[in-house]
Amino acid sequence: MSGNPFSIWVYLSQTPLLWLTVTLLVYAMTDAVSVATHRHALANPVLHSIWILGVFLALTGTSYTTYFSGAQFVHFLLGPATVALAIPLYENRKTVLSAVVPMLVALVVGCVTAIVSVVLLAQAAGLPKDIVLALASKSVTAGVAMGISETLGANPALTAVAVVLTGIMGAIVVTPTMNAMGIADFRARGFAAGLASHGIGTARAFQVDEVAGVFAGIAMSLNALVTSLMVPLAVTLLLR
Amino acid sequence: MIASLSLILLCQLVGEVFVRTLDLPVPGPVVGLIVMFIILVVRDRYTAIAIGPLNNGAVEETAKGLLANLSLLFVPAGVGVVQQLDLIAQHGLVIFAVLAASVLVTLLVTAGTFLLVIWLQRRRGTP
Repeated sequence: MSGNPFSIWVYLSQTPLLWLTVTLLVYAMTDAVSVATHRHALANPVLHSIWILGVFLALTGTSYTTYFSGAQFVHFLLGPATVALAIPLYENRKTVLSAVVPMLVALVVGCVTAIVSVVLLAQAAGLPKDIVLALASKSVTAGVAMGISETLGANPALTAVAVVLTGIMGAIVVTPTMNAMGIADFRARGFAAGLASHGIGTARAFQVDEVAGVFAGIAMSLNALVTSLMVPLAVTLLLR
Repeated sequence: MIASLSLILLCQLVGEVFVRTLDLPVPGPVVGLIVMFIILVVRDRYTAIAIGPLNNGAVEETAKGLLANLSLLFVPAGVGVVQQLDLIAQHGLVIFAVLAASVLVTLLVTAGTFLLVIWLQRRRGTP
């Protein structure tokens, strides 16, 4: 038996097993902290998992490619999770139908606002074109947004970062913003959270209110659909 | 659970083939979502296909398990920030500000539109 701990580390640090385990462990810990703080918005498990894992990779000198060889098994599930959104949509189809007009109008207006605001602001701030393209689809779930960026020829890795950042920011600001504006309708609050900040906003909405969570899930799935049609169009019209 | 997962993956696969064949700008999983929704609606009409994962809420349970841990799935992509440190150092603050402003505007406009349409419907409904 080769008892050299260093050679074991050298071996393990190159295997998917270690990085998959570390990803799940760190998330389990940050999620437990989030539960312990009664789901405080600032205790967002995604936010804290990302910086802890980032620091861990830097300290151990591990490349993202090596890390991703393990984490890809989690990442892969984004696709099936998008398909799985059909289930809350199906189960709440009566609720959806009862508020179908406000939802469809808010969906189109919100989706256009999400894309146009980020493209115009990014252009006004003088960001280069390839970054603007990568930011355009930031309000939809990562799997879809990265797909859109790939078809646009933008950098999907930057899109993923923008998506996660948008999700975390939306999840943190949605409750205080809606309270400050005196918006008490949990259908509207949830719908806005899911549309603006996809899965991370939806996870947040479910923590606050069941109805808000259902509407957030619907907004997220419908927005994935509309945004993937809208972004190529908006980019052609707005970018020059 | 394996059958349910297979059904979900199959929907995604159909979506991917559909999108690639027709060269559509829509991601495959989104078409997979529509396929899954249609399957569930058709199942309710023709109970003959309510077998395997489509029976006893099996696929529903698997899907909910997946969605209950949706946040976790964003972590590997988010850690990709370590690859973008040059870009972040150069444009990070601007990108951060742009995204923050956009998400705030989007939240307010979406919730506002939702409430406005409900209010308009109510005003038309009550004479």
